[in-house]
Amino acid sequence: MFIGKLNGHFRVLLAGAAVSALVLSAAPSFAETPADTLVQAWAIDDTITLDPAESFELSPAEFLGNAYDMLVRLDVADTSKVKPGVAESWTVSDDGLTYTFKLKPGLKFASGNPITAEDVAWSFERVVKLDKSPAFILTQFGLTKDNVTEKAKATDENTFVLTVDKAYAPSFVLNCLTATVGAVVDKKLLLEHVAAVTPTDDYKFDNDFGNGWMKTGYAGSGPFKIRDWRANEILVLERNDNYYGDKPALARVIYRHVKESATQRLMLESGDVDVARNLEPGDLEAVSKNADLTTTSAPKGTVYYISLNQKNPNLAKPEVRQALKYLVDYDAIGSTLIKGIGEIRQTYQPKGVLGALDSDPFNFDVAKAKELLEKAGLKDGFSITMDVRNTQPVTGIAEAFQQTAGQAGVKVEIIPGDGKQTLTKYRARNHDMYIGQWGMDYWDPNSNAETFTSNPNNADDGTVKTLAWRNAWDVPELTEKTKAALLERDADKRAAMYRELQQAALDTSPFVLIFQQTEVAGLRGNVKNYKLGPNFDSNFVAPVTKE
Amino acid sequence: MSTADTQKPARRANRRASAIIGAIASFLVVVATTYLGLLAVTFFIGRVVPIDPVLAIVGDRAPAHVVERTREAMGFNLPYYQQFYLYVKGVLSGDFGTSVLTTNPVMADIRRVFPATMELATVGTIIGAALGIPLGVLAAVKRGSVADQIVRVVGLVGYSVPIFWLGLIALLVFYARLGWTSGPGRIDVVFEYTFTPVTGFYLLDAVINRDWAAFKDIFSHIILPASLLGYFSLAYISRMTRSFMLNELSQEYIVAARAKGLSESRIIWGHALRNAAVPLVTVIALSYAGLLEGSVLTETVFAWPGLGLYITNSLQNADMNAVLGGTIVIGSVFIGINLLSDLLYRMLDPRTRIR
Repeated sequence: MFIGKLNGHFRVLLAGAAVSALVLSAAPSFAETPADTLVQAWAIDDTITLDPAESFELSPAEFLGNAYDMLVRLDVADTSKVKPGVAESWTVSDDGLTYTFKLKPGLKFASGNPITAEDVAWSFERVVKLDKSPAFILTQFGLTKDNVTEKAKATDENTFVLTVDKAYAPSFVLNCLTATVGAVVDKKLLLEHVAAVTPTDDYKFDNDFGNGWMKTGYAGSGPFKIRDWRANEILVLERNDNYYGDKPALARVIYRHVKESATQRLMLESGDVDVARNLEPGDLEAVSKNADLTTTSAPKGTVYYISLNQKNPNLAKPEVRQALKYLVDYDAIGSTLIKGIGEIRQTYQPKGVLGALDSDPFNFDVAKAKELLEKAGLKDGFSITMDVRNTQPVTGIAEAFQQTAGQAGVKVEIIPGDGKQTLTKYRARNHDMYIGQWGMDYWDPNSNAETFTSNPNNADDGTVKTLAWRNAWDVPELTEKTKAALLERDADKRAAMYRELQQAALDTSPFVLIFQQTEVAGLRGNVKNYKLGPNFDSNFVAPVTKE
Repeated sequence: MSTADTQKPARRANRRASAIIGAIASFLVVVATTYLGLLAVTFFIGRVVPIDPVLAIVGDRAPAHVVERTREAMGFNLPYYQQFYLYVKGVLSGDFGTSVLTTNPVMADIRRVFPATMELATVGTIIGAALGIPLGVLAAVKRGSVADQIVRVVGLVGYSVPIFWLGLIALLVFYARLGWTSGPGRIDVVFEYTFTPVTGFYLLDAVINRDWAAFKDIFSHIILPASLLGYFSLAYISRMTRSFMLNELSQEYIVAARAKGLSESRIIWGHALRNAAVPLVTVIALSYAGLLEGSVLTETVFAWPGLGLYITNSLQNADMNAVLGGTIVIGSVFIGINLLSDLLYRMLDPRTRIR
């Protein structure tokens, strides 16, 4: 489409623009952002709601992660662990079913209202009853609309008790509670803003739990509070003076919606913004060469892969699946197409999560692939289609793969499409090959294990549409194993089980994992302590200072 | 006085009244059919697009039961004609539905994005017309001269250079290098705490608040993208002015005026341009309406939160309520501006008045 085309030709045109600008040799002008304010340029058009019970996109995860506190938080120093948030300590009963959280005493919301166990319980209740997209992260513990007030309740002012339906691995339960859906919201404040609704068969409650107001409102207790949000324009975070922990050094953080990489770079160079978040490889290189600017990066929980629909008889052959894993030129892709924005990774768990297997056994090997294809009875190769969304870097990777696969006689026909269009086809299992990305739903290995290596019902009308299902990969054994790992209470043993699952995926799965995404940001030189986290809700801006 | 004499003017007035009512009625019929056609075409094109709209609402990661519930709640499981009927029924009662992408009522979204686009288009058109008409007149009067050639080249460049490229160049030169203007966006972040939008037209808001510092900043933000849009309408307006003027200047009344000894500037500005103004109004109105659709590329490069980006984004996500709402607004703008230029016609050209 329009935008895709724009990006495609952008480099060349920008180069032209740069040359023309050289004609004017006047010194570049320079603006400066206020000393107590961090201004970031970022594409924030995926923010559609600021309600933690509803929000499930990337940029709002960062806003909510900074503006709300959860019972427990991800420990950025060791991302396979959690650390206290609103909760001071917690215990798990011997049968593994009851979690008792003691809250830190004397905490306050930004509004000044005290944080009590009652607020925590109500936060759980509204998530489960509203039942929006991220609600499953909590309901997977057996919470339902009927039992939530019993299963998640305050036993006294400072004690919150959560009862789960199975003896899950405690690491799993705690990891899930770090997600933004676990944010503790200010019940007293929200009750002033609930709207009445007429109960229906789908929604049996007579009020909206403040969901309407919360789309743009704020009722949290994080280091920052959300002051203002104008969609596709701006979001303003302001220091929360009621926050119990270390107060942010800066008075406010402003996010400006800027979509175009070249525009972001200009604004960063001119000093109109302190941080640019969507720099493409070309602009990133220019930024890293500029003495006034620096860059920072962190691996994120999103992996890119090519998947092979098992409904296609050729792709269903085990040798063909393995052969294709040898037909990706990992080194070339790593050093060009995803340079600075990703790292080659062949296992489906992102680096840093509990039980992630660091193993990249495949390399580009045409002879090996031909041998495997011959074993599969496809000596002369075969023809196949591949659905590719028209954005970078997937288009580039698909074209590179088309070329390298061709060397072994596999003729790939690329079907380009708009993002939502290819995804619709993929979700209906109508593709042959598909190149896509998968971001973790919550920071626990179960999130990716469940989607890549479990498929409870491979029928066309199966209701659990995991990635394995979308590619018709019927794996009852691995499905059982994934479930078992969820109940393994010893964290080390649990990690080992996930490593086994990833090894099985390397050996047999229809997923050709290519790389793990790296998030990069360009910074002005005077911005210090700016650190990106492993996921968007842990991109904490509180420690940032400006010189 | 005989009765026949008194009845005559009364009958004439009656005839005139019924002519006006007839004109209004036929206008309304045209408008209604246009709207219905617009809705039907957009609606059905939207429904055959191979994108699942529920996907846009709940995202790729939502569990199956949420997907199904949303599909039913949005009525996507009904047959198309029923969906269309429900939609039109809603529109007639003023309900344009909810945007699935932003979860806001469509009209609330459009009220937010349209002023940004309209402000930009208005300033752009003012620039385009203020420069385009004199340039066109100049080119026509000095036909074949160097000035005419220059105007022609300026116009050609305006037509043929891609706008986002020119936008980036303009940003590089005037913002990054020279620092004459502010960068992308509508207003600097330093005004975040002092400036409260009232109407959504920021220049107007600054005047209402008597906030002259903000006005200066907003102006310095809008001038670059507006000049860019203005340049494109200038290209069109100056070409059209030139040809209208040439047409007028070759008329006999000009020769007569010259024979009467009128000054050349009086002839050009007072007579020729006055007559050329009638078709010119349509040209300017149409180019203004074109800008009001919102320019996706300009809005992308200048981080301008306008209608163009909103509709494109909605289209890519099969957010049909938003696309339909946007289409209706743009349709209304075209109809409204056509009506307005019709009225202007009547003021400028006595022959078109209803007698």
